[in-house]
Amino acid sequence: MNTVINLCIQFFKTGLFSVGGGLATLPFLYEISDRFGWFSHADIADMIAISESTPGAIGINMSTYAGYLTGGVPGGILATLSLAAPSVIIILIIAQFLNKFRDNPKVKNAFYGLRPASIAMIAAAGINVALIALFNLDAFQETGNILSVFQWKAIIMALLLYLAMKKLKWHPIAFIVISALVGIVLQF
Amino acid sequence: MKTLIDLYLTFLKIGVVNFGGGYAMLPLLERELVEDKKWTSREELLDYFAIGQCTPGIIALNVSTFIGYKQKGVLGGITATLGFLTCPIVIILLIAAFLTNFADLPIVKHAFAGIRVCVCVLILQAVLRLWKTSIVDKITLFMFVVIFLLAISGKVLPVSIPPAILVILSGITGIIIGKEK
Repeated sequence: MNTVINLCIQFFKTGLFSVGGGLATLPFLYEISDRFGWFSHADIADMIAISESTPGAIGINMSTYAGYLTGGVPGGILATLSLAAPSVIIILIIAQFLNKFRDNPKVKNAFYGLRPASIAMIAAAGINVALIALFNLDAFQETGNILSVFQWKAIIMALLLYLAMKKLKWHPIAFIVISALVGIVLQF
Repeated sequence: MKTLIDLYLTFLKIGVVNFGGGYAMLPLLERELVEDKKWTSREELLDYFAIGQCTPGIIALNVSTFIGYKQKGVLGGITATLGFLTCPIVIILLIAAFLTNFADLPIVKHAFAGIRVCVCVLILQAVLRLWKTSIVDKITLFMFVVIFLLAISGKVLPVSIPPAILVILSGITGIIIGKEK
């Protein structure tokens, strides 16, 4: 029982200090691994891979996994809720503040500056995904042939998806499912 | 009660398809929350993303709390967040219990290589849509370029600036040069 309480405290701390989303939790996860041995560094590496292949962010997934290892299903649920709790509390406070001050000129001006920043970071994240999904930088280093960098199958699929999304107003989930199937059939 | 159930189910659905973390979520959130449910606007969604960069926790999680709160107060915020968390918890518990080498299965690898292609395109479309409402003049265009370059330079440079710092600086810049009085 004590372990489960400690588990909750550790993941609450992780949730409180990991600012900026998923990967920000990694340093904390390594620290927990070193101090308590609930999971190994290899487990963390596995969880990064699993998190890339399942819905859910790495921090959430790791807390569920570590909680399960130490306290079964209830442990997994409790550890995850502990991780989420600080961010929920903080956002509820900010949301109240925003409701009051939304029309304040200073707040409006701040968002005037924040929006381009937000889009820029979203675009940068898109580039990072594209580097993995559409290009193969390792192939260039091996062969020195610039053409081998392009993953033609993936690039053509991206173009087709782009055109399809412009024409068809389908739900994004439909395109995600189709892409998964294409990936399996064409062995991406 | 009806709204609470609706919040829970909507974020449950979003949690099922939350592949690839925070930013990849944006197109889905737009579709579900702006177009279908009309619970928020594109601009507000973008604001939540910016705030999410400077607060603890995963951005999608922050968005669920924000939207839930907006619809139904504190209880709504908690309900939406629980909805979002349900599916990831169940999946990881299943994987932990039954599948040890899940991520190494060829079929999983191929499927996710395909999904990543789709995620690129979805992000591109989201950026194009949001461009109109956010890049409104030369100043905002300049800020976009600078922050975009700083954000991607993390790949090449030995030091990278934490996103939270970029966001805080942009907010301060906005307050200083913004036109609202």
